[in-house]
Amino acid sequence: MKQPLVKIKGIYKDYQLPKKFLFQKAPVFRALHGINLELHHGTSFGIVGESGCGKSTLARIVMALDEPTSGTVFFDGQDLFNMPAAKLKHLRRNFQMVFQDPYGSLNPRKNILGIVAEPLDTLKEKLSFAQKKERVAKILTEVGLNATDTDKFPHEFSGGQRQRIAIARALITRPSLIVADESVSALDVSVQAQVLNLMMDLQEKYNLTYMFISHDLSVVEYVTDQVAVIYMGKIVEQGTTKTLFHGPLHPYTQTLLRAVPDVNPLNKKQKNKPVIPLFKKTDMSCPFIDRCHKATKTCVDNAPELLGNDGHLVACFNAE
Amino acid sequence: MALLQVQDLCVTLNTAHGPQEVISHINFSMEAGDKMGIVGESGCGKSITALALMSLLPRDSQTRGKIILEGRDILKLNSNKICSIRGNRIGMIFQEPMTALNPVKQIGAQVSESIYLHLKLTRKQTLERVSELMDKVGLPVSKFGLNLYPHQLSGGQRQRVMIAMAIACNPEILIADEPTTALDVTVQEQILDLIRDLADSSGMALIIISHDLGVIAQTAENVMVMYTGQSVEMGSTMDVFQNMSHPYTYGLFSAIPHVGSSVQLDRKRLNSIPGQVPELHLRPRGCNFADRCSRALKICKDKEPMATRVADHHQVWCYHPLTCEDKK
Repeated sequence: MKQPLVKIKGIYKDYQLPKKFLFQKAPVFRALHGINLELHHGTSFGIVGESGCGKSTLARIVMALDEPTSGTVFFDGQDLFNMPAAKLKHLRRNFQMVFQDPYGSLNPRKNILGIVAEPLDTLKEKLSFAQKKERVAKILTEVGLNATDTDKFPHEFSGGQRQRIAIARALITRPSLIVADESVSALDVSVQAQVLNLMMDLQEKYNLTYMFISHDLSVVEYVTDQVAVIYMGKIVEQGTTKTLFHGPLHPYTQTLLRAVPDVNPLNKKQKNKPVIPLFKKTDMSCPFIDRCHKATKTCVDNAPELLGNDGHLVACFNAE
Repeated sequence: MALLQVQDLCVTLNTAHGPQEVISHINFSMEAGDKMGIVGESGCGKSITALALMSLLPRDSQTRGKIILEGRDILKLNSNKICSIRGNRIGMIFQEPMTALNPVKQIGAQVSESIYLHLKLTRKQTLERVSELMDKVGLPVSKFGLNLYPHQLSGGQRQRVMIAMAIACNPEILIADEPTTALDVTVQEQILDLIRDLADSSGMALIIISHDLGVIAQTAENVMVMYTGQSVEMGSTMDVFQNMSHPYTYGLFSAIPHVGSSVQLDRKRLNSIPGQVPELHLRPRGCNFADRCSRALKICKDKEPMATRVADHHQVWCYHPLTCEDKK
């Protein structure tokens, strides 16, 4: 098998919380708990989970914007957190990010040329102004905007167009990996469809690899080839999109999928929800124990490992 | 007689491009216990409709038409009288629980505010009423206490506080404006269940506003689809979702990826609606959707369409509504 483009190996990330007392040791919040993932060339990997589960922390670490407490990320076989800063900076052209809020992520005082060409300036590409402008104009037409839009400012564009500008900015350095952190959640459904279609066309054209982070399960199912479900900093289920959405094994994934409101009014939800047995949660127990309807005594004292075969992994003792 | 009748409601707001009509000719009526959904993209006038019902529009706006609540047109009432209706007879849950609550007031005080104002209870009775409400919305006082501040609660819990505030005076009508947009799916499910149960048990009429077709399908019995301040399709949720006739409704529906899609079909492009919602001052003369519509003919660009009946209680504002064959 080919070497993966990105290999995330045993990532732990702890954040220090404020001290309650002066001489106390600062309490620690563990945002990520032993994450292992592999992203392959030209595929899309989805990361799903509720707010606060560590999705965005993972994105920041993959982008080398934040250092993990332990573990590391290999990009094309190179250890991102064990290389000279200058080399990392040079490598950054290969991975770019598209952010969530198209209103907050574009500088309102810069014109589109300045915004889209900024990565080129930061990476000190030796380009004349004309060359730069030509390259920006080319990328703008790629994302469905006009080449003449370079002199306009962000406020002249709608939300969907702004997100296209953000995609253009990410693409200008010709990266191989794009991390999309909730990139379509702020858009209206009809515009969201346009942007998703665009992202998939670009993927085909440039053989891009996407790391697609979203809380919207239907979007993730639509876009990705592989999915990992994260709960409280741990991967609880991982597999190909088809198997995971068709036959979710972890109770948390099942809960998530069941909670998506169905657009067919005939499929009313059943009222009776499964009863959740009461177990006391300890540091040792499965993180999902207090919300799980399948919890047994085993789950109290042991946290399940991520195991499975055929690439469908699940961290649950009672998975079925 | 209907509980609430909205007749020919038009709202004009002052914008940078002069006065613009943001809502035109909205009609609907509701009985006690009805659940109506309003669905549409951002900027289509969903929230302005809700604010008009609450008489919370900006002062320099003009409203025409009638909003008849139990025989009285609330648009003709003076501000004192409206004050006795707002929050008392009509309750509203606002969109963002993060910003709609006052960050420097304890949640108990925020919930009791409208009780003080409208019900004129004693201190002790008010406290009892507040704890009863907090039990109802799933934040029992024994566990959560009334002296908490909003920042000490999670998004879902804040939304529960908002719901407690909205139903504090047992309103006849509850308006929920995007009540779950900022929440995770699992929390969304809990909040929707709560709103539905509250409406069912007290016989409140519910107006639920959302851009999420799934939320509307699961909550509302009737639905109004809005586009650029106009209703484009209206009817029972069953009719509209099973037999959608307006190209816009159909476009919205086919633009969303459905859970389960990866199993049925292999990587098909999403059907997006071309173009974008026209800006207020650039709205076309005829049908507002004509520029984005694949079925538009000359008449669509010249003249606004009138309501056409598709079935009983199912209307569509379109010259060329979709038939069953078109959707295949």
